Amino acid sequence: MTKPVMTATALERHYDVSGGWLRASRTLKAVAGLDFALYPGKTLAVVGESGCGKSTLARMVTMIEEPTAGQLTLDGEELVPDNWASHREAVQIVFQDPYGSLNPRQRIGAILEEPLKINRKSMSKEERQKKARDMLALVGLRPEHYDRYPHMFSGGQRQRIAIARALMLDPKVLVLDEPVSALDLSIQSSVLNLLVDLQERLQLAYLFISHDLSVVRHVADEVIVMYLGRAVEKGSRDAVFSAPYHPYAKALLSATPKADPGGAKERIKLQGELPSPLSIPDGCPFAPRCWKVQDKCRAERPVLPDLPHAAACFFPENGGEPA
Amino acid sequence: MALLRIRNLSVEFATATGQFRAVDGVDQDVNESEILAIVGESGSGKSVSMLAVMGLLPWTATVTADEMTFDGQDLLKIDPAARRKIIGKDMAMIFQEPMSSLNPCFTVGWQIREALRKHLKMGRQERQTRAIELFEQVGIPDPEKRLSAFPHQMSGGMNQRVMIAMAIACKPKLLIADEPTTALDVTIQAQILDLLAKLRDENGMGLVLITHDMGVVAETAERVSVQYAGQKIEEQPVMPLFRTPHHPYTSALLDALPERATEKRLPTIPGVVPGQFDRPAGCLFSPRCKFATDKCRTDPPPPLGPDLGYARCFYPLNVDERVAS
Repeated sequence: MTKPVMTATALERHYDVSGGWLRASRTLKAVAGLDFALYPGKTLAVVGESGCGKSTLARMVTMIEEPTAGQLTLDGEELVPDNWASHREAVQIVFQDPYGSLNPRQRIGAILEEPLKINRKSMSKEERQKKARDMLALVGLRPEHYDRYPHMFSGGQRQRIAIARALMLDPKVLVLDEPVSALDLSIQSSVLNLLVDLQERLQLAYLFISHDLSVVRHVADEVIVMYLGRAVEKGSRDAVFSAPYHPYAKALLSATPKADPGGAKERIKLQGELPSPLSIPDGCPFAPRCWKVQDKCRAERPVLPDLPHAAACFFPENGGEPA
Repeated sequence: MALLRIRNLSVEFATATGQFRAVDGVDQDVNESEILAIVGESGSGKSVSMLAVMGLLPWTATVTADEMTFDGQDLLKIDPAARRKIIGKDMAMIFQEPMSSLNPCFTVGWQIREALRKHLKMGRQERQTRAIELFEQVGIPDPEKRLSAFPHQMSGGMNQRVMIAMAIACKPKLLIADEPTTALDVTIQAQILDLLAKLRDENGMGLVLITHDMGVVAETAERVSVQYAGQKIEEQPVMPLFRTPHHPYTSALLDALPERATEKRLPTIPGVVPGQFDRPAGCLFSPRCKFATDKCRTDPPPPLGPDLGYARCFYPLNVDERVAS
């Protein structure tokens, strides 16, 4: 197998939350003990519900925030705040909301050229413009769009612009934070196709963050299911979707509505809601909502085994290896 | 007799650049104890048509219709005082964002008791009992304590339950749910959809589910109305809609679902939904339709008969299969 472009080992990010007057501040573990590797031309999807640490992960990978513990490497070199500046251009991000992530006062040309102006100071104006126009063509926009403002575009076109901007510095890793969840269905498919095309052409490594399992199933090569900051299951797309080991992954899959009326509905109903990330239970974080919980789950925390398809569970489903 | 009956409803907004027609000649019936889903992309007028029924549109909107009756009452000629007696009592609505639809200055208990006080003229003790009962019905644990909580102290799923409890407080005959689960996680979404279906079974109310999620439609609805650029372009019971869509737009939309994909490249619909200035003369979908002919581009197609799903199309799909079967 090819060498990974980015690896993470035991990645953690904690936040201190002030407890208020006369109360000790507490620690919120947004991401705890996460391992993964990104390969060129491959997509790693991270799925989970709100508050599971997906976006915190994106902020660490894009070097916006420093991990509290653990190690992040890019091309074999460890990323520390001192060398962030020289590595940032290799990791770019596309945000969820294309209406909020483009400056309404800048023309598309200026938006695309800004990364070059800052990072490629030696580049001439003509070269910059040429590169921006080439990029417009690459993401399926027309050359005359160069002089327009963001408000003149639809949501799908704006997301194309956001993708073009992320590609201006020829990154190796693209973090896609819910890239299509703000788009309509008919537009969503064309943006997904664009992402597939770009990945094949530029051999990009994608970190695809989403809560929409039908989209993940379509784009992902590898999947990590997160729950309260921890990876509860990881594996290849086919393995996770056809035979999920972790009860949470199974429940998540069964809760996703399928566009097939009359199809067999076997929905696992989870009781209750996500516990507050400030008071994660001592044992398995999923124990309070799990239907097959036993005393062991409440007492000990299961660890994710180091296998190609693994779940952090003592009593996994579908014949998985127990933690 | 349908509970809600709409004929030829149009809504126009006065904008700085002229009139914009958000809803264009929509017919819709909703029966008692039926789940009707209205699907469409953003800008298809699915929310606006229901807001017109509720009378919640701003003054810039002009509502015209041949007929708009709810439970025998004409909603077009109704005076505001009489409308306020119906809204929130016999006809209630759940909005998309529970966080911004609840008043942050009052406890959720106060807000739910207000509806009971205004519409049902209940006494203080009675209101409290009913509020607790409603919270239990929608599955809020520890209802007595939660009644004195403020919206910001609860999660999105809990707030959506409060919205539902409020909407069903006066046992409405019609409940309109405008994207009730879009802001929620899938496991919570499943809980809320089950809850709505259960309430329909218990109270026999009509339920209108406005959504853009085909999965939600397939799992919850009984009848589906598809809207595109303000027009209702097709309406069928849920099974045949997914199996044999008649309008090319419905068919293309279903093909674009990632879960139906067979290859890495998804089928796409070229172009975008027409806006205020590029509204085509003929069929509204003709610029994006792969079957469009010159006739489609010049003449607007009238809705076909009920056996063809009222499709607004000159060349409906899946016709032969129906004849054969």
